[in-house]
Amino acid sequence: MTKMNDPLLRVDDLTMMYGDRVGCKDVSFELRPGEVLGIVGESGSGKSTLLRSISAQQEPTKGSVEYQTRIDGTRDVYEMSEAQRRLLMRTDWAFVHQNPRDGLRMNVSAGANIGERLMAVGDRHYGNIRSSADNWLGKVEIASERLDDLPSTFSGGMQQRLQIARNLVTSPRLVFMDEPTGGLDVSVQARLLDLLRGLVHDLNLAVIIVTHDLAVARLLSHRLMVMQQGKVIESGLTDQVLDDPQHAYTQLLVSSILQN
Amino acid sequence: MEQTVHNAADTASAYNFAYLDEQTKRMIRRALLKAVAIPGYQVPFAGREMPMPYGWGTGGVQVTAAVIGPKDTLKVIDQGADDTTNAVSIRQFFAKTANVATTEKTAEASIIQTRHRIPEKELREDQVLVYQVPIPEPLRFLEPRETETRKMHALEEYGLMHVKLYEDIARHGHIATTYAYPVMVDDRYVMDPSPTPKFDNPKMDNMAALQLFGAGREKRIYALPPYTKVKSLDFEDHPFEVQSWDDECGMCGSHDSYLDEVILDDKGNRMFVCSDTDYCSERQDAGHRGPQHHDQPLGGPKSNPSSEKAAE
Repeated sequence: MTKMNDPLLRVDDLTMMYGDRVGCKDVSFELRPGEVLGIVGESGSGKSTLLRSISAQQEPTKGSVEYQTRIDGTRDVYEMSEAQRRLLMRTDWAFVHQNPRDGLRMNVSAGANIGERLMAVGDRHYGNIRSSADNWLGKVEIASERLDDLPSTFSGGMQQRLQIARNLVTSPRLVFMDEPTGGLDVSVQARLLDLLRGLVHDLNLAVIIVTHDLAVARLLSHRLMVMQQGKVIESGLTDQVLDDPQHAYTQLLVSSILQN
Repeated sequence: MEQTVHNAADTASAYNFAYLDEQTKRMIRRALLKAVAIPGYQVPFAGREMPMPYGWGTGGVQVTAAVIGPKDTLKVIDQGADDTTNAVSIRQFFAKTANVATTEKTAEASIIQTRHRIPEKELREDQVLVYQVPIPEPLRFLEPRETETRKMHALEEYGLMHVKLYEDIARHGHIATTYAYPVMVDDRYVMDPSPTPKFDNPKMDNMAALQLFGAGREKRIYALPPYTKVKSLDFEDHPFEVQSWDDECGMCGSHDSYLDEVILDDKGNRMFVCSDTDYCSERQDAGHRGPQHHDQPLGGPKSNPSSEKAAE
């Protein structure tokens, strides 16, 4: 049986090269169940490359990504068969895109969007699928009466919340988020963050969240990795990194925010 | 010079037997063999230009041309009818290029090319049913990428198909897909039965005849060998159902065939008639009569058979 303290995800010496150019280089870390890891850095620092490589969407040039599966023990995700990897990605993992249009099916109703993952793992009872979709709509604070509406009739913030519901319906243990609050206005951002924090806590989710917004990182993440030019230049507890930055770049990053 | 022209016009020897050249037929037969070996799997083939527009049955015609022999008897139906333009012209095409016998009788045919319908009469082991298919990919509705749909077939990721059915129930209260209703073939591949009404889906299951599907524009061939398990997809609480009609056929009085609605005038009068013309005329020859048959007294035994309750 797996112990609580065993890492859920272990990334070892991960390097992604685009020809001669560095995407990200020599990244290693561990993530435990229920832990939220923030990855911050400016545009082009390799955050998204790293996230894609960890989440099995882009095979890295070097290094390994090991995940503790529910039944099979710890497995290297790039050594699994494609079928196993895709099953993992749509059951135990979730990926929240910055743009909800990338993560939703815009031409089917909200209910079908949430139900898709359930049907993908073999649920064939319409009534059950519909009631869990309805239930999840409630959890992300969308009114039940919007269940049969198309996502294109939703506001940006609602689409983002719908995307989260669609991802969490199979009770994943690890969620990847790429700038989940990007493109939303401040008040909507605040509500979404509040919602995410609640869900992460209630469901004991492990999360890797990529953001350039330090406020988002401070609110959600337990630990922080700061990236610059493809490398991790500083990491540690969020408060520690943000309140007492050691690296010159982190100091610059922290001091770039307006202080109150 | 003049002689050559004369010869060509004389014997139509400018055409190879059944129009296609032998190399092309071999290529199509190879695709057919693979399709039969993997029931429900879409085999790509190098579809040729045919002397008819895409959408008129170019896929079906190529499959028929590849399997037809001089001793075959061909029947062609379009929407169940033998006498519609498409059916007549394809039948003439093969009568001319292959010099084969043609028929309108289901029982007499060895090859039946069809668009939309499976004949009402049960098919036999010595018959081949060739379907004309417009869109072979059942997942296309929700997934436009061919690379992705192929991967989904390969990995048996068919959850998406149920998303479509879910959406149907959410919008209409029942599964409103009435044609091209997706089926699971031999517990492995999800297949689009082409635009046949779902009424005919149960006939595909465990059918004695070989069923071949040709999609000319999309250049795909797939097949159901005889006695293959074909199951229509559904939900546990919304099981698969076929259409039913409150009316009977106005000509032959049939209650259990697929009926077409015919509008009679602008006063709301209509009649229902079998879509399978051969089935209907056979029944009429056997003495069955519907209320609007010309043998019947004017107005019919029951004067106004039109009912507001049309079938779905």
